[in-house]
Amino acid sequence: MKPAAFTYQRPTTLTQALAAYAAAPEAKVLAGGQSLIPLMSMRLTSVPELIDINGIEELSHIHVERGQGVRFGAIVRHAQLHAHAEAREVQPLLHAALSHVAHATIRNRGTTVGSIVHADASGEMPMIMSLLGGTLTVASVEGRREITAEDLFIGPLETSLQAGEIAVEAFVPALPARHGVAFDEIARRHGDYALCGVGAIVGLDADGAIEHVRAGYVSVSETPAVVDLTGCFPDGELTEQGLKDAAELALTHLEPEADIHASAEYRAQLARTLTTRVVAAAHADAGARANAEVTA
Amino acid sequence: MTTKLMGEPVARVEDDRLVTGKGRYADDLMPGALEMAVLRSPHAHARIRSIDVDAVLDVPGVHAVYTYEDLEGPMAEPLPLLIPHPALTHGRTQYALAKDEVNYVGEAIAVVVADNRYLAEDAVSRIEVEYDFLPPVVGIDAARAAEHLVHEDVPGNVAAVMEQSFGDAEAAIASAPHRLSLDLTVERSACMPMEGRGTVARWDEDLNRMSVWTSTQTSTGVRAAVATKLGLDLGQVDVVTPDVGGGFGVKIVHPWPEELLVPMAAKALRRPVKFTEDRREHFISSAHERGQQQHIEVGFDDEGRVLGMSVKFWHDNGAYTPYGLIVPIITSTQLLGPYKLPNYKVVFESLYTNTVIVTPYRGAGRPQGVYAMERTMDAIAAELGMDRTVVRENNFIQPDDFPYAHGELTFQDGRPLIYDSGNYPEMMRKARDLVDWPSFEKFRDEARKEGRKVGIGIACYVEGTGVGPYEGGHVHIETSGKVKVSTGLTTQGQGHQTAFAQIVADELGVRFEDVEVVTGDTRRSPYSVGTFASRAAVMSGSAIALAARNARAKALRLAADALEADVDDLEIVDGIVRVKGAPDSQIALGTLAVLSNPLRYAFDEASRAATQFAVGDPSKPPVAEDDEPGLEGKDYYSPPRSTFASGIHAVIVETDPETAEIRILKYAVVHDCGTLINPRIVEGQVHGGVAQGVGGALYERMAYDETGQLQNASFMDFLMPYVTEVPESIEIDHLETPSPLNPLGIKGAGEAGVIPSSAVFAAAIEDAEGIPITAMPISPSELYALRLAHSSTTSHERTAS
Ligand SMILES: Cc1cc2nc3c(=O)[nH]c(=O)nc-3n(C[C@H](O)[C@H](O)[C@H](O)COP(=O)(O)OP(=O)(O)OC[C@H]3O[C@@H](n4cnc5c(N)ncnc54)[C@H](O)[C@@H]3O)c2cc1C
Repeated sequence: MKPAAFTYQRPTTLTQALAAYAAAPEAKVLAGGQSLIPLMSMRLTSVPELIDINGIEELSHIHVERGQGVRFGAIVRHAQLHAHAEAREVQPLLHAALSHVAHATIRNRGTTVGSIVHADASGEMPMIMSLLGGTLTVASVEGRREITAEDLFIGPLETSLQAGEIAVEAFVPALPARHGVAFDEIARRHGDYALCGVGAIVGLDADGAIEHVRAGYVSVSETPAVVDLTGCFPDGELTEQGLKDAAELALTHLEPEADIHASAEYRAQLARTLTTRVVAAAHADAGARANAEVTA
Repeated sequence: MTTKLMGEPVARVEDDRLVTGKGRYADDLMPGALEMAVLRSPHAHARIRSIDVDAVLDVPGVHAVYTYEDLEGPMAEPLPLLIPHPALTHGRTQYALAKDEVNYVGEAIAVVVADNRYLAEDAVSRIEVEYDFLPPVVGIDAARAAEHLVHEDVPGNVAAVMEQSFGDAEAAIASAPHRLSLDLTVERSACMPMEGRGTVARWDEDLNRMSVWTSTQTSTGVRAAVATKLGLDLGQVDVVTPDVGGGFGVKIVHPWPEELLVPMAAKALRRPVKFTEDRREHFISSAHERGQQQHIEVGFDDEGRVLGMSVKFWHDNGAYTPYGLIVPIITSTQLLGPYKLPNYKVVFESLYTNTVIVTPYRGAGRPQGVYAMERTMDAIAAELGMDRTVVRENNFIQPDDFPYAHGELTFQDGRPLIYDSGNYPEMMRKARDLVDWPSFEKFRDEARKEGRKVGIGIACYVEGTGVGPYEGGHVHIETSGKVKVSTGLTTQGQGHQTAFAQIVADELGVRFEDVEVVTGDTRRSPYSVGTFASRAAVMSGSAIALAARNARAKALRLAADALEADVDDLEIVDGIVRVKGAPDSQIALGTLAVLSNPLRYAFDEASRAATQFAVGDPSKPPVAEDDEPGLEGKDYYSPPRSTFASGIHAVIVETDPETAEIRILKYAVVHDCGTLINPRIVEGQVHGGVAQGVGGALYERMAYDETGQLQNASFMDFLMPYVTEVPESIEIDHLETPSPLNPLGIKGAGEAGVIPSSAVFAAAIEDAEGIPITAMPISPSELYALRLAHSSTTSHERTAS
């Protein structure tokens, strides 16, 4: 389990990094290394050249813009974002989902942007980007561009990033007023990739009636899946029937597959159960937040 | 008075070093050594047509590449079959490097020695092998069907058929008032020590000596194997066991191919060579255990007393049988547990498959045997509508039945299966109290009202521990008063230094801090067997106690002379021998050590006192005719047969009605390992065992596909439990029924924690769900599938009626 030979550079500015990448388009960007290094060590991928971005100070920011959202640079660790109190306030789903990303030691090194770019549909953060409508800023020697989550995830472990492009920052919008969120997942062991995970966001109108419901799914589709469940709650009320309908509707958008850890049927059952649990929790959260907003 | 240390929860002296990263494992040794990497078969079953190593030879940094053709003399013979048995009619072992056939994914085909492991792996990837594929036999069903053969000269894939019995089980079952039959399966798991295998060797051309450091459970075994295979004299080979990061059985197997190839290469290249196994290699080229199918027939009376039991099981031994039939023999004998069966018959077939070899993993066949018996006890209770603990009690061997012989059965040590001591009814009383068995139904009702499902399971076991043939102890008192202890078996983190030092401190009357213990070094202890079968405390503990007594006797004899007192009037306290009641009349053990060794030369103040013009009666020889110089004691302990520890585990689980997740609410252990040397260490062993047991029951399996590829050969997909998956607290109660077989009354404790896990979890989940659980381990996904199948059959039955 030793990687094949590769060359390595560790630029300290983004400009240097982009120039290096432009000069060696077959190179790979090294962020936290929690996905890339195991692949290299097991010789499942061979990388001729590594461009380590961990020395680029300008990518280490977390900017919280109240009412707008959270921006975080490419070398912000899962653990830093998870512990960021303001970020949590502005978009609580970030914190809730990050709690389920791997183990503390991996969160200490792995980056949230790296996780988004890795585009694993079993990862929590790609789904969160899709559910919340986040955007990714990428840069190359040609300049910068923004990619919406929708345009980003084009296949399993595949994004629309071009060779020579480095993701520099991700943006996740703030939770609007009278909205609530929840996240839950079931994994075989604490910290493992989920067998199935669900995040939900519920918006209420001024009278407390459900205005919209969306849920995002982890590990039950090839690319992060988001399903609009609003139609299951026609009277704006959270009913048991509505939750059941939501679970069944969600399933029609998902493609749970069997592997050595779980059958497809079981994953479907988890998607069902978690949909009802998480949508109900997000609804309760929305109610609590709406109340708090009124009193505040 | 020195406080007694036997039975005290003394903190482990090895932990400071080990938990602060100061351990020295094989891979830490000799940083400049050349490193070996292994080309392993990517196919489960194939004939090797050709191997082309040309592309490797000119890679810079590569020193050597070896294939079967490079092996000479005994190295070219198959690896040893360590434990032959008459029933093992078709035993097969692999070659150090595959000769012309590979029989599992991972089998070693070639090795490269290079400047470092990176280069060695690069080089390995350039070796080209041409294969002719053969159909792989994967799983017990395929082995039994025998449509294809693993070894073409082994008909039916059957390595061995073995039968043991007493009474007439079939007749007793046929005439019993009640009869049941059960079909059960257990899947494979593995030891998975944190440190994989590892070997370093250095050939000293000047001294004509081979030094080997290896991560093993038997340094003497490896020594003999290296000497035999490399054509060296035993006296030329030293094997030292450095810190070992866990063994759990896999490292009792020896010699591993690499354990021979590393010294072979070191000698050929005259450079130190090292092999450090990586995790994938550990999965595909070390050893697994547990896989069995079982068919049980039982006849019993109205009280649930077993009148006759007949068991047939099929044991998956993997591709080769280097460790003989030990695992299935243990299953077939330890299956009996704490129960008194009038009639018993067991037959097993040990079967070849194209998968990694199967050799003992902590518990070593007992978990499967206990699973068979305890599931049977549960089935009897269900059939009769009786309390599960009462059925067990009705079958218990009683305290006044000991020594208790199970007919004429032979245990794994080739000795009769005779239990030495125990108190099973008392143990059951303690277990019921600890888990609050009587209140469970009330708890279940309350939980049910909240829509929750809970279940309770209980399982008993008896574990033959401390098997022979022998171990030795050497206790040497230095002139400083420090006590150096050596025993030959090896340590993998069990706390031997602490426990053995406690024994010596008590036996000798010295301070615990003054005792230092060395294990697993053939230079210090050339005669030894190894660490397995929960035997270290029993075997080495006893030998060390006897050795310490010898050292004490000599010290007292010398002191009696020096103090002009009677031996019987002397005591040793904190390393000082003194006359009882006259504390001024005293002499330190260190001083006695000086006097015990008459000297010609003085090197320091202490030795000056022992030189020829200072001491001695000029009319007598300095060392008496029947005496030896030095203050030391040596002894060996060799028991007539094994001692039998026992225990009961109980668990309460909750299963999620929707997601079928299985949560452990309470785990309770009552454990009897005879006299406790150190309850803290024993509890640690139980905790670790329970953790491994949880793994085996709820998480771990070897996911072979039908082509024999192991799909989960990493810690990502082989689900060893984390601390978050094992019970937060394990309630433990001890019972001490000393063994009459050894000087301290000790029984082994190393494996116990893992033995009843599959049985107890299956019972608890079955109790929560009302669905028979017959295959372990069980995952939430499988439990969910069982629920669906069960509800469709019950609704089907409903429609039918
Ligand atoms: C045991 C274990 C358990 C895990 N469990 C989970 C889990 O439950 N959920 C989960 O979501 N993740 C899990 N992970 C993965 C972890 O979250 C990774 O950290 C993450 O997927 C990748 O982030 P990284 O910074 O480590 O990226 P790296 O490993 O450094 O890179 C991953 C890939 O993204 C590319 N890349 C990274 N950053 C950039 C960038 N700025 N621009 C362009 N390309 C880039 C790399 O070139 C590489 O191809 C687990 C990992 C391990 C080892």
